[in-house]
Amino acid sequence: MIKAILVFNNHGKPRLSKFYEYFNEDMQQQIIKETFQLVSKRDDNVCNFLEGGSLIGGSDYKLIYRHYATLYFVFCVDSSESELGILDLIQVFVETLDKCFENVCELDLIFHADAVHHILSELVMGGMVLQTNMSEILARIEEQNRLVKQEAGLSAAPARAVSAVKSMNIPQQIKDMKLPDLPQAIKDLKF
Amino acid sequence: MALKKVKGNFERFFDKTLTDLVRGIRNNKDNEAKYIAQCIEEVKQELRQDNINVKCNAVAKLTYIQMLGYDISWAGFNIIEVMSSSKFTCKRVGYLAASQCFHPDSELIMLTTNMIRKDLNSQTQYDAGVALSGLSCFISSDLSRDLANDIMTLCSSTKPYLRMKAVLMMYKVFLRYPEALRPAFPKLKEKLEDPDPGVQSAAVNVICELARKNPKNYLSLAPIFFKLMTTSTNNWMLIKIIKLFASLTTIEPALGYKLSEPLIAIIASTSAMSLLYECINTVIAVLISISSGMPNHTASIQLCVQKLRILIEDSDQNLKYLGLLAMSKILKTHPKSVQAHKDLILACLDDKDESIRLRALDLLFCGKGGGMVSKKNLMEIVRRLLGHMERAEGSAYRDELLFKVIQICSQGSYQYVTNFEWYLTVLVELIQLEAGSKHGSVIAKQLLDVSIRVQDVRQFAVSEMTSLLESFPETTQSGSMFEVLYAAAWIVGEFSSDSNEPERSLNVLLKHRSLPGHIQGVYIQNILKLFTRIVTDLLEQKDVQGILRLCNLLLKKLPTYVSSSHIEVQERASSAFVLIEMLRDQLNLVSDSQSHVILSQVPTIESSEIAIGAIEIVQEMALLFAGDLNPVAPKAQKKVQIPEGLNLDEWINTPPAESSESSEDEQTDLFVSHEQTENSDRKTKTVELTPEEIMKLREVRKMEQSHNPNYLKSTTKPNQIVKDGCEDIPIAELALEVPLKITSTKRSDKYLQEDQLASKKKTKKTKKTKKSKHKLGISSESDGDEPVAIHSVSNFIEMPEGASLSDNDEKDKHDINDPHRALDIDLDLPLRNDEILPKQSYKKFNEITPQLTANIVTKTEVISTDKSIREKKEKKRDKERGSKKKAKRNSENEPDLMGTPVKHQKEKHKKEKKDKKAKEKKVKDSKTGYEEAIGISTPSKEVY
Repeated sequence: MIKAILVFNNHGKPRLSKFYEYFNEDMQQQIIKETFQLVSKRDDNVCNFLEGGSLIGGSDYKLIYRHYATLYFVFCVDSSESELGILDLIQVFVETLDKCFENVCELDLIFHADAVHHILSELVMGGMVLQTNMSEILARIEEQNRLVKQEAGLSAAPARAVSAVKSMNIPQQIKDMKLPDLPQAIKDLKF
Repeated sequence: MALKKVKGNFERFFDKTLTDLVRGIRNNKDNEAKYIAQCIEEVKQELRQDNINVKCNAVAKLTYIQMLGYDISWAGFNIIEVMSSSKFTCKRVGYLAASQCFHPDSELIMLTTNMIRKDLNSQTQYDAGVALSGLSCFISSDLSRDLANDIMTLCSSTKPYLRMKAVLMMYKVFLRYPEALRPAFPKLKEKLEDPDPGVQSAAVNVICELARKNPKNYLSLAPIFFKLMTTSTNNWMLIKIIKLFASLTTIEPALGYKLSEPLIAIIASTSAMSLLYECINTVIAVLISISSGMPNHTASIQLCVQKLRILIEDSDQNLKYLGLLAMSKILKTHPKSVQAHKDLILACLDDKDESIRLRALDLLFCGKGGGMVSKKNLMEIVRRLLGHMERAEGSAYRDELLFKVIQICSQGSYQYVTNFEWYLTVLVELIQLEAGSKHGSVIAKQLLDVSIRVQDVRQFAVSEMTSLLESFPETTQSGSMFEVLYAAAWIVGEFSSDSNEPERSLNVLLKHRSLPGHIQGVYIQNILKLFTRIVTDLLEQKDVQGILRLCNLLLKKLPTYVSSSHIEVQERASSAFVLIEMLRDQLNLVSDSQSHVILSQVPTIESSEIAIGAIEIVQEMALLFAGDLNPVAPKAQKKVQIPEGLNLDEWINTPPAESSESSEDEQTDLFVSHEQTENSDRKTKTVELTPEEIMKLREVRKMEQSHNPNYLKSTTKPNQIVKDGCEDIPIAELALEVPLKITSTKRSDKYLQEDQLASKKKTKKTKKTKKSKHKLGISSESDGDEPVAIHSVSNFIEMPEGASLSDNDEKDKHDINDPHRALDIDLDLPLRNDEILPKQSYKKFNEITPQLTANIVTKTEVISTDKSIREKKEKKRDKERGSKKKAKRNSENEPDLMGTPVKHQKEKHKKEKKDKKAKEKKVKDSKTGYEEAIGISTPSKEVY
């Protein structure tokens, strides 16, 4: 069983957290923090397994992680999962993200946290591995996205128009009048 | 009106979307909390709107905010609304939010039963899919019971996607509702041969999870799995099956013979490292199960170990780690084969990777087999570990090392420790190395245990402990290292008869320092012991002045303790104070009377001239501390036979009235003693007791010590050491000049050097005989080099009369909270008639449009939350009374919003099948004449 899946960046900012066992919000944050501290101090050329933190796990649990550029993908699993298998699963997850977002980067995960959750739910369900075949996963996601588009259909036309306007950032500027009138494009440079 | 609505909706277009929220948070890095608080306010506004899209957007934002650590359970109702939307887009958002913030104990989820059932039976497979995914995260036992049947139906859906999810979901149902396992099992078994590989894999997954904890119930499935293993190409599934076989072979070794062929075929053909590794693992498990006890398989074990060595030597750190992991499995049964690779494992202790170091450490120690350690290499290994401790960063790893050192040394009641002076020195060094460690009490226990059980080392221990007490740094307030002072003080006092310089020890103890109360208590107790010892000596020398001087010294020092805020310290100190005062008064009486009679005489007082009262006091005090304290067997308390005629359940006094109970509780709470009030029965008032009474008290105390964590509880059989022949070895007198200062080289190293010197001498001596030994065989050679134990460990432990030491009453190994305990169900028995999944009879809810439901929910939100809680309470009460009628009347009066079928069902469960059918009919009839409130489900419609 997988107990938790965490994605955070090199500074420990959570980008995705999925707990398959209940922890309250404060505990979740502490777990993320502790896991980050455990994982971040490890060199890149050491092994990808970590005997779990004190907050999450216990003796039967392991942290299995991969580090991609600015992001850590950490799975907390018990002994019924194969260590190398989970490493492969992380790879499948990341490759799927890459396919869905076309060259995935941290920003995609930041702005589409919900989409990432939906993708993850096609891989893992309630802590158990659901599907490891990437083409199958992609097909499912594609079909669901089509469903969403269909539903949006006509009724969403005004909403889409608005969101188009929004991406020009007029409402943002109306709303945040305090801000200097810099076009958002310049602000985006910070990213 | 309509215009207003349109306007309202239009305004909502300018609500922040999730993207806006994320962008906003990023732009407000400095005052993130404030910004999010503002956003939550906005979300609350939005949730008040009627438009489901607006709500959906708000819930999506909340889900993001939840990830940042904010509690969003207050929006539970809105989340359920969004979940109940007919649009897949909203549904998905709702279920995601629910999976993130609901949990099995959430009160709200009892409102979701019917909605989820509707989604599970939805025409679109993704509605059901999303519901299953969400449900898997928060399913409760009530939901499991109510939905088990629907999920089972999905297991035979025509869509493989749903079958797959439903099969996985069944595992969650079993965990929460174990009764479902037997009726569902045949279906599950069927799914192992599903045409779709995904479903197959899911079924394998579920059975593997189930079988992991209770393998014996799933042995009958072995042929199916065997077939799958030889035919499947799905690596993920193969890994699971192979893992499953590893746990099955442990209970059915015969399986191993059959497995070897396909396993080898997979090893030869696969290119996936993960699969390969699991195969090796299972081969190891098979070999272990077959070969336990049989010598002819050691060759194959050797081969395995050799292969693992290749893994460990690999440059890939992951493989190295896994190699060590697999090695530890072999170690448990075949320690000899692994010990051959000691060099490799010790090298891994130096690895830069902490995970690998920890794994290697694990190999050093293992429960029964003894791991890598032998009498010969113990000192060397411990030296290396101490070296690591000095260099290692990170207190967690250092603590782990410290603990490991103690574990290695103390295993098998110190079977590998040959020289306990060395071991004590190591312990003292550990204390000095790790002043901040959390293992202070562990070291303290070791110190106590060693000095209690190894008699010959006591003298050494006392002098070591005295210097430890002297040198223990005043400043280290953090950590639990203080605990060692507890042990040290006790050793110094209890074994004062072995001490050469009790006055030095006494002076150290008298030096007042700020310590936790329970340690101060031990200090005082042992000051008294030391005092008694010295005074007894002085009495023999008839040195009244010396006694008086000592009395005065103590009377000067003790008052600081008397004013302690710790109640126990206070009590002990005042008793000691009064006792010593009494003694002094007795002495003064005599010396005063003498001094004015014979003023000119030199104060050499003859024995007759010392007050008899004083002598009596000293003798009784000595009697108080006489006798040896032995460790008490861990189960001694349990084995005390209850004397005839004693009924423990009987009230001694009539129970107090209900009202006074609370005050009673408080009182007892006040006097709940500190966990470590070890000598609490040795209160000084026992001076007046007769020796018989003292003995009785001693017995009681010994009993109490069996519960005391500070007494090492040995689980080994008493005669284990005898096997080693330690008893025959003459105990060497060690006249070592141990330097008390800490020099740059460790003190414990000295013992190692001595040991090496000795062994060198020995090899010189035995050189000639060695050749002949070679012929005899390898085993005899290794025996010959084994170092001789210098000290022997006493394994005497106290047991109540008539009880024997045995380990057969260790039954409750399993965790009570483990849900798998309830799943230990025999699956091969045929199903009984009453073993069916609970079915739902009402489907009326489906006809109601969810949009309307949502609307009603918003309007009655507040009321219904109240109601749901109230109803729940009522339900409980009703259950207690067992009055079904009342419940029914209640449900008539109060329409159940959102439809919670719980009550309805609970009642139904109790009824007989026939009864049920009749009732259903009734319900159906009554439905027609009932004016239906929208969004209200059936339970309230039962009219009687």
